[in-house]
Parts: sequence; C-alpha cells; structure tokens
Amino acid sequence: MTTRRDFLRGCLAGGTAVATAVLPEAACARDTLQRPPEGLGLLYDATLCVGCQACVAACKQTNENPAEFTAVDKLWDTPLDTSGHTFNLIKMYRHGTMETKDSELNGFSFMKTSCMHCADPSCVSACPVSAMIKDPVTGVVGYDADACIGCRYCVAACPFGIPKYQYDSPTGKIGKCELCRHRHQDGHYSACAEVCPTGATLFGRTEDLLAEAKRRLALKPGEWTTIPRGRLPKQGENAEEAAKWKGLVDQGYQAQVGNYLQHVYGETEYGGTQVLKLSAVNFQKAGQPDLPPKSSAATSETIQHTLYGGLIMPIAVLAGLTWVARRNVVPEAEEKKGDQP
Amino acid sequence: MSAHHPAAPVGGKLFNTATLVCGVLVAAMIAVLFVRFIFGLGAVTNLNDGYPWGIWVVVDVVIGSAFACGGFAVAMLVYIFNRGHYHPLVRPALLASLFGYTLAGVGVLFDLGRWWNFWHILWPGYANPNSVMFEVAVCISAYIIVMWIEFSPVFLEQWGLKVQKQKLEKVLFFFIALGTLLPMMHQSSLGTLLVVMGPQVNPLWQTPIVPLLYLLSAITIGYGIVLFESCVAASAYRREIEMHLLQPMSRIMLGVLAVYLAVRVGDLLVRGALDHAFAPSLEAFFFWLEMGCFVAPFAIAGTPGARRNPARLFLAGVAIMMGGILLRINGFLIGYDTGLGVDHGWNYFPSIAEILVTLGMFALEVLAYIIITRRFPVLPREEVAH
Repeated sequence: MTTRRDFLRGCLAGGTAVATAVLPEAACARDTLQRPPEGLGLLYDATLCVGCQACVAACKQTNENPAEFTAVDKLWDTPLDTSGHTFNLIKMYRHGTMETKDSELNGFSFMKTSCMHCADPSCVSACPVSAMIKDPVTGVVGYDADACIGCRYCVAACPFGIPKYQYDSPTGKIGKCELCRHRHQDGHYSACAEVCPTGATLFGRTEDLLAEAKRRLALKPGEWTTIPRGRLPKQGENAEEAAKWKGLVDQGYQAQVGNYLQHVYGETEYGGTQVLKLSAVNFQKAGQPDLPPKSSAATSETIQHTLYGGLIMPIAVLAGLTWVARRNVVPEAEEKKGDQP
Repeated sequence: MSAHHPAAPVGGKLFNTATLVCGVLVAAMIAVLFVRFIFGLGAVTNLNDGYPWGIWVVVDVVIGSAFACGGFAVAMLVYIFNRGHYHPLVRPALLASLFGYTLAGVGVLFDLGRWWNFWHILWPGYANPNSVMFEVAVCISAYIIVMWIEFSPVFLEQWGLKVQKQKLEKVLFFFIALGTLLPMMHQSSLGTLLVVMGPQVNPLWQTPIVPLLYLLSAITIGYGIVLFESCVAASAYRREIEMHLLQPMSRIMLGVLAVYLAVRVGDLLVRGALDHAFAPSLEAFFFWLEMGCFVAPFAIAGTPGARRNPARLFLAGVAIMMGGILLRINGFLIGYDTGLGVDHGWNYFPSIAEILVTLGMFALEVLAYIIITRRFPVLPREEVAH
C-alpha cells in the first residue's frame, strides 16, 4: 500500500547517492601528483633549435616507425602532426614576413611536439586496463600494447594531444613517445637528444634540467654561455653513475643566450611535466596548451574515490535500497491473496 | 488497490513492414562491421586523433544507455517509492532497457581498437580502479546481468516454469535494489568520463558535478522514453494508451526535470561559466538548443489540462530525449576541442558507414522489442477486444 511514509522512505534511500555525491569529502581528495625525484626528461630550448628535424628522423628510426607522406612525390617523411606512427615532431610558428627567428612579430619559431611525461598524467588515470603506466622511478609514461583494449580514452584525455591511435590498421595500437625507455638498459638515452646538433633537446633528470633552464633564464639575452648537448649530467655525478650512459659527456659549446620569456613551460602545468620547454614566443601561440597547476586526473580521481572509495557508499546505498525493496516487492502469488483484504 | 493487470503476449505476425525495414538496416550494419573488423576503424569511420570518440561511443553507448533508463526509472518508482500502480509499465520499460544496455555493451566492441583484449577491463591485474571507464564497464556489465534476472520471470511465465519463477521472486527484491543502484552509479560516471579531459571540454559542460547532471538527466530521460514508447506501442499495436499512468508519471518527470534545471543553472552561475553561453560560437548555439529542449516540456505539458492530451505527453517525452541527446553530444563532441583553442584543424562528422551501424543498432532493438512483445507476456493484457 502506498503511504506517504513509504514514499519518504524511498526518497531517503534513493536520494542518498545523489546527496552524498555532492558532499565534499576531504579524506578522499586526491592531490595532484608530483614528479618523482629521479624522474627523467628532456629540456627543449626553442631559441637553440634550427628546425633540422634530425630528432624526428632519429625517433622514427629507433621506434621503427614508417615514413608518412603528405607531399605528392612521396620521397621524404613529411608528417604534419604526431600520429600513431610519428612520436616526435618539430612544428613551426610563423608570422608575417617571417624575417626574424624567435620573434612573435614578422618572425618564426620552432616547437617540439612529443610526450611531456606529466607528473600526473591524464592518460594513466583514464586507461581502464593499466596499459598506460608511469614508472615510479624514472617517471616515464610507458605504453603496453598487449594490455591495451584500444578504447582511445587516453587520446581523448591528454591535453597535449599526445597518445595517438593507428586508425589504418585492424590491430591498431596507441603510439607515443616513451623517452626511448627500450634503449635505456643499453646505456642509450632518448634518440632525439642524442642526435640534436645544437643541444636544443637535452636529456637528463628533470630536476637538473629545471636548474639548467633557470640558469639560462637568469642570463642576459645576447650574452655568451656554455650550452650542453646530448645528456646533461646529474648534479655532482660520480664516475659510476656516468658509466650507466653511453656517449660523450662534455659536448658543450659557446652560444648566445636567447631572448627568453621568463617561463619554464612544464614546471607547474598540470602539476608539472618531466619534459620542459623554453621559448621566446608565447607558448600558446607556439601550440602549447595553457594549463592550470592542478591536474584533471586529480579532479577525476577525487570524484571517483569520494563516491566509490572502499565501496562504502555503494554498499550503504544498496543496503538502504534492499531494505526498501524488500518491503515493497510482493511476489505475485502472495499479492493475489493480499488483494482481497 | 494495486490490482496488477496481468501481462500477456500481443500476438500477431512477426513479418511485416516494420520488421522488414529493421532487418534491412541490421543487414547493412553487419556489412559495415565486416569491413571494419577486416580493415580497421579508419576504413569505415571518420574518427581521428582530434576526435577519437565518434557516434559509436557517444550515441550508441552514452546516449543509448541513457535511453535505456526507462526500466530503472520506472522500477525505482514502483519498488523504491512504492508506487505500485505503475506496475504495468515496468515490464515494457525493462524490456527496452534490457536491449538498450545489452546492445550498448556489444556496441562497445565495434569501437574498441583492440577488442580481443576487452576482458582485461574486468580482470584483476589489468583493471585500473582509478579509471572512470573501469567503473562504467564494471557497472554496465553487472547491470546487464541483473536486468536479465529481473526480466527472466517473463520467460519463466511463458514456458510454464512456475516453481522456478516462485523461487526467483523470493529474492527478486535484492536484484531490484541492485538494479536501481547500478544505473545510478554508471549513468553518473558516464558524465564523469569528461572530467579527466580537463580544459579540452568547454566550461559549459566541464564541471565537477557532471555526475549529478548525468544521473538526474538519465532519470528524466527514463520517464521521457516511457512516455515515448507507451505512445508508440499503443499506436503501433492499436491499444489503449495507459493515460491513467502516464499522466501522473509525467508530473514526476517534470519534477525531476525541474531539479535538474536548478542544479544545471546553479552550477553554471557558481562557476561563472555562463559567459560562454553568450559567446558567438557553435558551442553557445548548441547550449541554448539543449536548454530549450529541457525547458520545452514545461511549456508542452506544464498544466494538468495539457497532460490529459496524449500527443502533448508524447512531445514532452521527445523534447526530454532531445535534451538528453544534446547534453551528451555537446559535452563529448561539440564542446570538445583537443587544441585548447589552438587550431589543429581537427574535424569530425560521422561517415555514412558509422551512421548505418548506429541505425542498425537501434533497428536491432526495435526488432527484438517487436518479437518479444508479440510472443512473450510483456505488455499489460488488453481488457477490451480491439
């Protein structure tokens, strides 16, 4: 029988989920994750880049990716954006007559596009099958095709537009930069940094790279300074640590300090990234998104943990609903008897 | 008072124009899927890295499952709020939900690029509980099973398995409770899917309370779809429209809708996101279209007199369904821009092949609904011969 009390009881049970959904629960809040202390990354300095695309070719080679043709003659690898088969690309900012390098007005500038290896990656939070994993030590965001279901939630989630899917294949995988983690055990570091002739792309620990970036920002534009190339040694690196990596250590050369914007892109964006960038041209104009210091993964996981942490709330709501349903669901046989009071 | 009208098969021929059209659409879908599984997603869809999710996700799964909320919305009314007189609406609504969800579950496989690994999502060791999609997948899978259990008395009745039916009915209350909880969980999470996309989603649709918006809208869509289906079934089978039930139910629908609108507008005001609605943009246009659809039911069926008119109830149901479609398409496609304002030149409009698959999925639902209602006791028995 329907009574007001029954109705209110139903409201109580049914409304619990809705009501508690909007209650902030500090205990479940998931803060933005920070970079691991030994995290590895790259420093890209747009003022040093000459746009030779050696890094693009080296990346293709080491990841065994096919060339992508956009020109009629199909002679050169000419991808216009990163894709499931292109993990690294140097893009260009152009304005007006393009006379001056690193000038927003009538100038041009280069910008590297590859995985930023976020401290708190959206792709890792989004992936339902743990195919995107952030290494707890190196912080490299790696991809496991054998785990992947190809849902492309990572593609949708990444604000940098980095994970890309191979739509041209019936068994398509996600393609993205993994900082050449497959070469690390042989002592090789990221191929893009290894081949960069000007040190525009530099490999190292993000902590050291951040210090190097800040050193450059503190210098006066036009001043001469030593620019390291290849791999930036760890602060106070000993011989044993240095022996882990192949290649010459002292590859530095003298160059003039660029006319930098006073901003290390990636220092705080989305909780920080392990790839850092310096530029003389506005980062948004050069194609980098303007991101808050709080990561979306933190917001998303806070909502999920608040609602489902320990399954406490679902079980409580289920108990309430079961109790109410138990009283209201009358098996048909009994109901027929009960119909004649 | 709750003298439940017993359900009965409608009867009649299975082969007619409606089932023929549905059959042709289903065949077209199978042909497209054949090409898709041999040559990959790129061969038949217009998906790209700027729009990795197209209508197979947004329409077939996100909207399709919201449209399948009739069963949940009516069952909640009957069993949780103890409004027993709505009982005749439960079975038909549950049937539509059953197919909506089962096909949404199957439809996901078409879109998965590495579909042979799909079981990873439910497998410990692979499953990532931090992922919103994990939650959606687990809840939808569980709900599909629960719904088949909730609906199984229909089959047991038809096949004369009385003992089994009685046993099942003793524990049915638990499955009904579970069947109310699970849709609450995943319908809200379908909205939460947007949160991790961050500033790529226009602030008109990117909010931390998006789970509440999707849940409330799913409930109103549930009632809207029952209005729609009841009217269509009544006209197609030349039966009486259950006005004595639809009329009060539409009032409840408007009540939930009012709550939804209050939360929606309140959230936009609190976040200061309403400015975006006045920008001269496609997003703003679609926002107002969406809001218009959600407000329209009050104009169409706001007064008791208007609610006595079945045509108005039908239109109110359709308006709510349109609003629900737009809320979801706006969040996932129109309001989604991976470039964060930087023009990457990404565009998406579904290909003919993609549309054929989506149409085929809905045709399959209609086809199954016709077959089951004609052969199994789902719709309430007609008192008067027609």
